[in-house]
Amino acid sequence: MSVPRFWRELDTRYNLIGSYCKLTKKYHFPKRSFDPDVGRESIGTMEDYQFKGTGEIINCTVVHQAQTGYEMFGPYCMAIIKLDEGPKLTSQIVDCEPKTVKPGMKVKSVFRKLGEDSESGILHYGTKFILKEIPQIEDEDESLSNIEL
Amino acid sequence: MRDVSIIGIGITKFGELWEKSLRQLGLETGLSAINDAGITSTDIDALYIGNMAAGSTLQQEHVSALMADYCGLTNNHVPATRVEAASASGGLAIRQAYMAIAGGFIDIAVVGGAEKMTDVSDSESSYTVSMGSDEQWESKAGATFASLHAMIAQSHIDEYGTTREEMSAVSSKNHFHASMNPMAQFPFKLSPEAVSNSGMVSSPLRMLDCAPNSDGAAAVVLCASDKSSKYTKKAIKIIGSGQASDTLSLHHRKYLNRMPAIGIAAKRAFESCNKKPSDLDLIEVHDNFTISEIIALEEIGIFKRGEAGAKILEGETKIGGKIPVNTSGGLKARGHAPGATGIAQVVEIVQQLRGEAGDRQVKNAKIGMVENHGGTAATAVVHILEGE
Amino acid sequence: MNGIVSYGAYVPGYKIETGEIASVWGADGSAWAKNLNVYSKSVPGPDEDVITIAVEATRQAMKRAKLTGDDIEAIYTGSESHPYAVKPTSTIVAEAIRATPNLTAADFEFACKAGTAAIQTCLGMVGHKQIKNGIAIGVDTSQGAPGDALEYSASAGGGALIIGREKVIANINHTTSYTTDTPDFWRREGQKYPRHGGRFTGKPAFFKHVMNCGVLIMEKAGTKPEDYDYIVTHQPNGKFPIRAAKSLGFTQEQFETGLLTPKIGNTYSGAVFLGLSAILDIAKPGDRILAVAYGSGAGSDGFDITVTDEIMDIDRSETVESMISRMEIVNYATYAKFRGKLNMGVTK
Repeated sequence: MSVPRFWRELDTRYNLIGSYCKLTKKYHFPKRSFDPDVGRESIGTMEDYQFKGTGEIINCTVVHQAQTGYEMFGPYCMAIIKLDEGPKLTSQIVDCEPKTVKPGMKVKSVFRKLGEDSESGILHYGTKFILKEIPQIEDEDESLSNIEL
Repeated sequence: MRDVSIIGIGITKFGELWEKSLRQLGLETGLSAINDAGITSTDIDALYIGNMAAGSTLQQEHVSALMADYCGLTNNHVPATRVEAASASGGLAIRQAYMAIAGGFIDIAVVGGAEKMTDVSDSESSYTVSMGSDEQWESKAGATFASLHAMIAQSHIDEYGTTREEMSAVSSKNHFHASMNPMAQFPFKLSPEAVSNSGMVSSPLRMLDCAPNSDGAAAVVLCASDKSSKYTKKAIKIIGSGQASDTLSLHHRKYLNRMPAIGIAAKRAFESCNKKPSDLDLIEVHDNFTISEIIALEEIGIFKRGEAGAKILEGETKIGGKIPVNTSGGLKARGHAPGATGIAQVVEIVQQLRGEAGDRQVKNAKIGMVENHGGTAATAVVHILEGE
Repeated sequence: MNGIVSYGAYVPGYKIETGEIASVWGADGSAWAKNLNVYSKSVPGPDEDVITIAVEATRQAMKRAKLTGDDIEAIYTGSESHPYAVKPTSTIVAEAIRATPNLTAADFEFACKAGTAAIQTCLGMVGHKQIKNGIAIGVDTSQGAPGDALEYSASAGGGALIIGREKVIANINHTTSYTTDTPDFWRREGQKYPRHGGRFTGKPAFFKHVMNCGVLIMEKAGTKPEDYDYIVTHQPNGKFPIRAAKSLGFTQEQFETGLLTPKIGNTYSGAVFLGLSAILDIAKPGDRILAVAYGSGAGSDGFDITVTDEIMDIDRSETVESMISRMEIVNYATYAKFRGKLNMGVTK
């Protein structure tokens, strides 16, 4: 991926900037120039909107054959998320046991590395999601209670 | 509008064709289609090429001129056009030629599709296939093509109770058909248990739910129907054609367990020839994943939503069943060479309607349908063919 | 007075236990754990680095005090593991909190004290009314070479302090530094792992600088150890900071809150920030804190801090303790994969 191609999307990727249509009162992510539901009528009624970054899992899968650049995660969870404001997007759910992720679970956005152009190329950062509540880990961590100060 | 017929077909074996380049594949299949049609190069008014990924796999764009050149058509400066819509490139190329002939601009067109997927590594070919989805907001976010279809499958399972056995039956049935197709990549039978026990790719989809990334080529010669008798006695008429689009990203759809573009393209094709699902004798659908075949049959209207899986499991789509589906072996077992796939599907239906399908011949086949789609069905193209 | 307007912290969601690392090298895990007083260390995910940690910590600080990007006029990020050798971490942080373009930004490097040098820079600029608020960030994702003693402690984490003069939650009364040329630990350009002088990192390096700086800052402030409720120092392992605090005349009650290394390992530039964050998570108005950072090479920065009434007005619901408690244990294989310790052959 070239430098400008990623650079021009930085605000969208870092800060979840999408569009709000004042005419239809609908939110869109990523940005759109007009609301497809009403077409040209909504040109000029769209304004930038920063999504809160909270939402819910609509559907998810555990990926065992990783996408290029995601090999170090394998297996990992990919999900379609519905943001609280309405729009849906596709994201990895990180920092969790992938198979514990289920539709209906609440998620929140985190800032993560999305990839890199090559080992010497530009680094790509953006938004991924984590579970709002981590499913309980069963086994007690005993070693920590033995710390001597 | 003029009627359009298919007067010639050609196909290579699909698979890992290490010795053959894209241009060799194109030439081989083009020549056999021209020979089959009984035309000469001076009869050709236009060339259409379906190709998805030569730019990313071979660093070669301008495949239309390349194919015209290597098929010996540049002496006559034949107009050559490449059509790209991911895995629907082939079907869409046929539709472009169909419209040009039906509209009276030309009389005869050669439509070829070719793809080389094995000149790059496995991971590169997988990434190439995922370019049919939204690179920026799906692939780049970590979604493999299989993972998107996995969510489609999971949603179908959640909504309709579709089972592992039903999905395995799709793959097993297609392998059974391929075992009778000498051009198939995997011409052998596969038990449903083998599918169910194959390695997980992206839950719930397993390795043997997924079509391979193949090399291969296929070609057809299209001719204005009123001129076809000059060349052949076995012309097959394209009686219906439909095409539809949808959001590129799966997540922008209302239902994850549907592929509305397929349903709408089929409806448009049916309307263009006043036919209905029950008129069809056989179908080739785009089974890039087992779930895709299930949903395609529901979208086309062969089965009600949520019922296709059970009907497939009962054997209704097997040769000898009520409505044979993917007699070629489908993408799963015949192989899937994106740009060639849509044309290979048409070649199969033409062979069936001509009565030349050998061991896998569907008895009394008169009307057949071809459904070909790209990405997660963001483009769908459907043709209905009838023997003359 | 000038001081801390808000603070943010970030600890990654994974950890590895000392015994697990020791077992790979055939070493005695419980002996190592006891010797270093490090029982587990944080492990960042494959998609985490200094930049992502800096952004998460900074966003938490912004959220606590309900600040927006427009409120920020300077960002300085101190780290010895910036992902880019050339290209600032701080501009990415600025973009990710929508503070661009009206601000100044730069990255700092001074081993483990680059972040506290950034605090001093912000204090200077705030003091001279050049800026209203500046952000000083200390973050690292440092690595020890496999099998090296550092591998038992080198971890990841960081924090961000918003330095300003309005709505200050903790006044920074005094700051001072103690700096010499002492090559106890270094990493040459292009090298993946740092090297160190073994036991030379102790007495002539860590202890000399931390002790002298601690004495200097208390002289400057006219304070004695008993005037403080908390002390936090750099903590390369769980033993050094205890010995330093005790030698300066502090007690366990004063140093235990800010001592995180036994649970999360050595977060390098993040260590004092995280320790201070853990203290601010529970501090009451009027509490006095002594903070002494240490960076190899070598130098110490000391801070005399008094918590104000304003601390009751910020959102302190997310704590360092809660982040530590959600850390999930990984084995060495996963750790090696996450940290890029596997030789993948030809790279793309």
